[in-house]
Amino acid sequence: MSTITEGTNSKKWSPARGKQNLKRKGLSSWLVFFVVFIIALVWLFPLWMAVANSVKAPKDFLLHGPLTVPHHFYWSSIRTFWSDVDFPQKLMNSTLISLFVAIFGVILSFLTAFAIGIGRIKGRFLVLGIFMVAFTVPQESLVFPLFRLSISTHLYNSIWAIIVIFSVIYSAFGTYMLSVVLSAFPQEILEAAKVDGASSLRILWNVVLPIVRPTMFALGTFFFVWVWNEYLIPLILLADNANQTVSVSLGITSGEYTSDPTTRAAAALLGIIPSVIFYLIFQRTLSRGVTLGAVK
Amino acid sequence: MSAVTLTTKRTGSRRYSRGSYYWYIIPGLIAFVAVIGYPLFRNVQTSFTSWNGYGPQKYVGFRNYERLMHDQSFWISFFHAAEFIAAMSLIPTVLGLIFGALIFDFISPYFGQGWTTFFRASLFMPQIIPITAISILWSWLLSPNTGVFNTMLKSVGISNPPNWLGNDHTVIFAMSIMLVWIQIGYTVTIFITGMSRIDPALQEAAQLDGARWWQRFRSITISQLAPEISIVVLTTTVAAVKIFAPIQIMTSGGPGNATYVPSFYSYFNFFTTQKVGYGSAISTVLTVILSIIAVGMFKFQNSRGVDL
Repeated sequence: MSTITEGTNSKKWSPARGKQNLKRKGLSSWLVFFVVFIIALVWLFPLWMAVANSVKAPKDFLLHGPLTVPHHFYWSSIRTFWSDVDFPQKLMNSTLISLFVAIFGVILSFLTAFAIGIGRIKGRFLVLGIFMVAFTVPQESLVFPLFRLSISTHLYNSIWAIIVIFSVIYSAFGTYMLSVVLSAFPQEILEAAKVDGASSLRILWNVVLPIVRPTMFALGTFFFVWVWNEYLIPLILLADNANQTVSVSLGITSGEYTSDPTTRAAAALLGIIPSVIFYLIFQRTLSRGVTLGAVK
Repeated sequence: MSAVTLTTKRTGSRRYSRGSYYWYIIPGLIAFVAVIGYPLFRNVQTSFTSWNGYGPQKYVGFRNYERLMHDQSFWISFFHAAEFIAAMSLIPTVLGLIFGALIFDFISPYFGQGWTTFFRASLFMPQIIPITAISILWSWLLSPNTGVFNTMLKSVGISNPPNWLGNDHTVIFAMSIMLVWIQIGYTVTIFITGMSRIDPALQEAAQLDGARWWQRFRSITISQLAPEISIVVLTTTVAAVKIFAPIQIMTSGGPGNATYVPSFYSYFNFFTTQKVGYGSAISTVLTVILSIIAVGMFKFQNSRGVDL
């Protein structure tokens, strides 16, 4: 947990700074390097296969199989899948949903966590306990009632249904995280603000918010990735092709290209690329944030 | 005089603020009731009915639950979930500890930041890719004739490799390989972060006493990482019990019911056979099991001094 509050220093997980103070390499360290290097290659191999085969001509694939490097670049497989599922539209839907869930989910988490961690309201343990359980509830237990509810509220087939649902589900988790951070907030500062007659709203806006902003950003980044990857609830609630997300459109079309291996590889690759780009941009936030909530 | 005013002022402002803080919880509570509380209640209520999803619900008492007791598919689905706990929780925890320690103890001090980041990122990559993309990728890798794995097996002389996902003897194994591939990134990342928390003096002292790496790994790293290990085992177990998307996309529970899991079995009842009451009973049982784990997690976190 402390990893995100102390977010700004990346020194925490790597004792090695710069090349000059590396230890002298012995035989065993080279051996370990070799082993870990092989492991990393094995882990990247499936992704490499997706890249190599989505730009391989079907004839090339037929003759030489999946393992070889493509003889020349062939873009048709990627283009086929791109236009078959109207990929730009799916990217747009996913981006909108993820962005709004990140924003609303974090705001909702922050408000509740403010009452719990700063306000120390009565019954805060009960609220947090319930939220913790709520976050563990399997989506299968919610999906049918939510499906009915979305029809009666005319939100069925709307990306807003997805935005609302996941903002709330994730805020159950976010509230817990932020409550832990806020309950460690220095009491003297709060007392001082209260003595000065600051209202709770001013304390929220001028005292607490500036300090937890990095944590909120990390939380939002995670919400963004999580909802991007959600499958069941969007699958059920977004009936129209035009409203579907990247994840859902991949899941649905998975069976369509069984006799067309290069297009299948292209489909997988197109699903992978946006996430990898996002990862490369937010790498530090994301790898720090995995420990978010896992361990205090 | 001034002291008195100060005290009254303080108690006054505190009373004022206590009350005003309750307002901040209202949006969260309303949203929670609408999106989680009420649907959950409806799900439990539906589990006592016979219902096809639209017409009127017929109250049947505990009959759905009685049927569950004798439903072989239901028990099989929990058995498979237990198998996936091995693939998503136990194996990744063990491998994560070993890989994490290798990277932390050797790569980072001897080869520097660049390689450390590269290795961590390589292992972490599957964690952020959508599970639907992973499912497509792996069902393609595992496909019987043109798949990558079978092409490799053929090239080393195994002329008749199995149809991994189409054979009920190999399907769980094949999916487990994929799940281990996915999960390692999570466990390694958490364990490496944990290792940086351990006091390096412990390791150095043991090293001076002549303890080999393996001994230090067993007696220092593992014991110091006890809190991380418990949390990783719990969170990954929850994820394993909830597993849905890879099953729905890669096997649809098949062949036969060889990959039925609780989530998929309730989904199947909801949307394929439209026995919504029965599906609700399955998901209710699943919810109860997961809630017990969640309460355990909450208690564990609080016992570790997350003071509120």
